[in-house]
Amino acid sequence: MTAQAQKTFSLAEAGSMLAFAATALLSLVIAAGSVDQGYTFHALVFAAASVAAIFLIGNRYMARPVSIPLEIDGKPNYNMEPVKFAVWASVFWGVAGFTIGLLIASQLAWPALNFDLPWTNFGRMRPLHTSAVIFAFGGNVLIGTSFYVVQKTCRARLAGEIAPWFVILGYNLFIVVAGTGYLLGITQGKEYAEPEWYADLFLTVVWVVYLLVFLATIWRRKEPHIFVANWFYLAFIVTIAVLHLGNNAAVPVSIYSPKSYIVWSGVQDAMFQWWYGHNAVGFFLTAGFLAIMYYFIPKRAERPIYSYRLSIVHFWALIFLYIWAGPHHLHYTALPDWAQTLGMTFSVILWMPSWGGMINGLMTLSGAWDKLRTDPVLRLMVVSLAFYGMSTFEGPLMSIKAVNSLSHYTDWTIGHVHSGALGWVAYVSFGALYCLVPWLYNRKQLYSNRLVEWHFWVSTLGIVLYISSMWVAGIMQGLMWRAYTALGFLEYSFIESVAAMHPYYAIRALGGAFFVAGSLIMAFNLIMTVRSGEEAEQEPAAALVPAE
Amino acid sequence: MSLWNKHAILEKNSIILTVGIIIVVAIGGLVEIAPLFYLRSTIERVEGVRPYTPLELAGRAIYVREGCYNCHSQMVRPLRDEVERYGHYSLAAESMYDKPFQWGSKRTGPDLARVGGKYSDEWHVAHLANPRSIVPQSIMPGYAFLSQAEVRPEQIEGHFISNRRGGVPYSPEQVANAWGDLRAQVNPDAPTLAAFQSRYPGAIVRAFGGNTSAAANGTVTEMDALVAYLQVLGTMVDFRTYDARANIR
Repeated sequence: MTAQAQKTFSLAEAGSMLAFAATALLSLVIAAGSVDQGYTFHALVFAAASVAAIFLIGNRYMARPVSIPLEIDGKPNYNMEPVKFAVWASVFWGVAGFTIGLLIASQLAWPALNFDLPWTNFGRMRPLHTSAVIFAFGGNVLIGTSFYVVQKTCRARLAGEIAPWFVILGYNLFIVVAGTGYLLGITQGKEYAEPEWYADLFLTVVWVVYLLVFLATIWRRKEPHIFVANWFYLAFIVTIAVLHLGNNAAVPVSIYSPKSYIVWSGVQDAMFQWWYGHNAVGFFLTAGFLAIMYYFIPKRAERPIYSYRLSIVHFWALIFLYIWAGPHHLHYTALPDWAQTLGMTFSVILWMPSWGGMINGLMTLSGAWDKLRTDPVLRLMVVSLAFYGMSTFEGPLMSIKAVNSLSHYTDWTIGHVHSGALGWVAYVSFGALYCLVPWLYNRKQLYSNRLVEWHFWVSTLGIVLYISSMWVAGIMQGLMWRAYTALGFLEYSFIESVAAMHPYYAIRALGGAFFVAGSLIMAFNLIMTVRSGEEAEQEPAAALVPAE
Repeated sequence: MSLWNKHAILEKNSIILTVGIIIVVAIGGLVEIAPLFYLRSTIERVEGVRPYTPLELAGRAIYVREGCYNCHSQMVRPLRDEVERYGHYSLAAESMYDKPFQWGSKRTGPDLARVGGKYSDEWHVAHLANPRSIVPQSIMPGYAFLSQAEVRPEQIEGHFISNRRGGVPYSPEQVANAWGDLRAQVNPDAPTLAAFQSRYPGAIVRAFGGNTSAAANGTVTEMDALVAYLQVLGTMVDFRTYDARANIR
């Protein structure tokens, strides 16, 4: 006879409880010695989060069975709870990030909205917007979809029980610490890398665990081949780690101070920054979201990926070329010319693999184009590819030095970024969220396809208003700055170019309002799908068709 | 096609795939970044560029904290209109002690690389407090709160050591006297003024924020620090004697 298996603390449970206890203690010591109120607040947040983590792990131990099976009746026992959390975090941060964007856009049109308080001025709010949309919204979409896709395509349960939760909750804690830090004046002043040293260190730990969870799930796979979407996720995770470590190398003033000084200085720091900055675009906002494209579009269109060879070529070309493009942010600056020229050259070449990806995605619809009429979710994702194609054409164009001398420092850049961020990243994310919620909650379909139509048209109108107003604004700025009178004097003072922007800033804010409205429609639709949707009889059984 | 089949090695082996990705993404960064640390032509050799004084460094931290770089660049490009509007194009040497660099990426407001000495302290104080009182069409936020915020010792103590670890040549004497030097720079009657001036030759000494009596009592506001920083921007190199040909790269 066999004795009943005894429930014991696993190594991961005991170890992480100890680690969290140590973190709580360290946080309290720092809170006691801190020289900055905002830093004290953050130390207390870390302490509270660590205590909460210990409690949650203990609770989970009490509730869990003796062992969690990897398979039930020969089918993988998927762990979708962290994915569900990431989905709702994405929806929340999306709406929040778009709304802050609307606020700061309005501040530029109506400066009284700054209220002249430290924590509401544009300079502190703008990083809050960029971090909220890129890292909070985009990051949660990426982590959530990657945990979903890697399980489904490997037909294996997510590796680890506590680790995936640490990744998703730890990442969101990082977001909270980073965002509140900006408002409290804690920033290292590098665009898209504003969080200070302690937040960066914490993110490093979260990210390493993320990589390990992802890889260990791949090791459990039942398929001999690693599916193409996972190559892109892997490139995204690995490269972001490298960029994060390189760009954020800093010497803290002390363990009790939030302030640090970057190891690099001046021109070298500028190069590090835009090596990081442009590849945050290339690997966070492109490679990661291409992974979404490679899973969700074939799945939704029920067609195989158009070309396996194209995916190989464009994957390696994309990741090799992107890294070089950073110096196009530094044209005509004090960065040596040879570096600028390299940056320009590779940026122009980058057009090709970018369109390779777009073509591979679009052509996947071969034989299924009729679905665009009936499936607004698929339409969202296809339009996202059109925007991807458009902004990856515009980008190389703007990286040409002659064009850049006009466009740089103007709102043209802002318009370009948003045609990629709203049109490509947000739309493909919306598509993935609309797919995921019914799948995760076992619903037959979304609550309302009509609301998806409304979301699509309202936000498309918003994007068109946004990017067209920024084109006009940016080109006008560039031309006004370099305009000469017949006598050879500069024609406009700087403030005249500022005053000329007002109507375009107002139109842009209106476009932003449409986009926020669209995201609220989505949030309502997704919530109603879970609350009142019809249960699906069974998960769609069709396995993903491998690329040919 | 045999070569295509070889790709299966990467597809079936997550570690080889990961290592392959790291190698492929490392190349571009290495080629573009590493030479900047050893090519001597990267940073011009010029007279006059010195590390920031304690007051200027504290002011720079406020500039960073308030996110001024979100709207103001500090990089004059060598284009005809920019040189006429802002002054001599920026040199790499002028930001060689900047941690982080603040070249910026957007000009919602004008470039500030050469704003030092362009306006009076009074102009800056009034403009920062209420930009539209000076420039009616301005869309800049107001920063009146800076005049109320006192600079505390922890806003400079230890900061020089971090800078020094990152390569800024602060002397041990400068490190040791940072807090005293910070207060000396706003007070022309400070007993330690001579020592301050010997440590930072050419640094301007005055109550930048305009409150002379408070400055004489050793009270320094964030307005003092920020204006001191703005007033030194772009003024360290004397371009009347600068020979660009000597630095042709």
